[in-house]
Amino acid sequence: MTLLKSPAVRVGISISIATGLYGISFGALSVSSGLDFFQTMALSLLLFSGGSQFAFIGVVAGGGSGIAAMSAATLLGMRNGIYGMQLNALLRPSGWRKYVAAHITIDESTATSTGQTDPDEQQRGFWTAGIGIYILWNIFTAVGALAGSALGDPKQWGLDGAAVAAFLGLLWPRLKGREPVAIAAVCALATVLTVPLVPSGVPILIAAVVAAVIGWFSHGRSDEGMEPDVDPYAERHHHHVHSHPRHEATAPGQKTAPEEGAR
Amino acid sequence: MSLWIWLLVSCLLGFLWKLTGYFVPASLLRNPRMSRIAGTMTIGLLASLTIVNTVATGQSVTLDARVGALGAAAVALWLRAPFLVVVLAGAGAAAGLRLMGWN
Repeated sequence: MTLLKSPAVRVGISISIATGLYGISFGALSVSSGLDFFQTMALSLLLFSGGSQFAFIGVVAGGGSGIAAMSAATLLGMRNGIYGMQLNALLRPSGWRKYVAAHITIDESTATSTGQTDPDEQQRGFWTAGIGIYILWNIFTAVGALAGSALGDPKQWGLDGAAVAAFLGLLWPRLKGREPVAIAAVCALATVLTVPLVPSGVPILIAAVVAAVIGWFSHGRSDEGMEPDVDPYAERHHHHVHSHPRHEATAPGQKTAPEEGAR
Repeated sequence: MSLWIWLLVSCLLGFLWKLTGYFVPASLLRNPRMSRIAGTMTIGLLASLTIVNTVATGQSVTLDARVGALGAAAVALWLRAPFLVVVLAGAGAAAGLRLMGWN
């Protein structure tokens, strides 16, 4: 039960439930877009990246070709490569773990992990969120695909609002200081301006490029939430965090190597 | 049948993206500038994902109940609510606004 006292595990479980439930809406939308049950499940089991999956069925629903659906899904999946780079530096998985870690590298598992300061917590956060979401996302995709129309419009349950709140909740702890807020605002603006101009999924990549350019040219302090290893939960979980050695304001590469298989 | 093929190609390419990241030498991120870019990029991606999920409907920008979800989530975060409460606030706001007739 000590595992449940870990802030990273708690965040991981919360986010698993929230994201997993959202799988209902994916399953329901997927079958209403014209995919069958097995195609829907193949996307959740094998592609396993919410944005790419919604992009794929979105293109199919709009009458797009299979190749257009594939292009949208693949463009949107590019950011997972960036996450993989960050996570590899933080978690250093080896052997077969690398391949498992890669498969569960998504927005939520990355955010849960990089939101922690302690290397052990980063491990726990990643694996809890990654495995938890994988299991629940697939179960609820099946529920949504089978219940389909009986459930009605998933929007009626506010599931799209849950996704908005989840992403804001992941962003929020990073907005410490003026510079992160400015970067977030610029990237949000770039997104809104490019949504009508380019295929869906691409605005996110444009925002990522904008953020990278800002990062390349700025020389601000490194303790304003700019580093990937900020600790958004420090204020709420002081007693837990302090029971571990802290590694504040260090670059991921400077950290001590996390324990193998900390989970 | 051809949809199946493109679907499986998507899955393969999706996994290859993810895996590519794990084979980029870690030394690249040890560079302070790269580490900084990783930080700014995380903020940029999260901000973009938040906004896309709030206002994008395919390729058009629409203001609907999801804006209410964003507001409710922001208030919950301001009040330091736990993550799950924030998510429920977002879902509740969107569902409630739709019930009142605002799509």
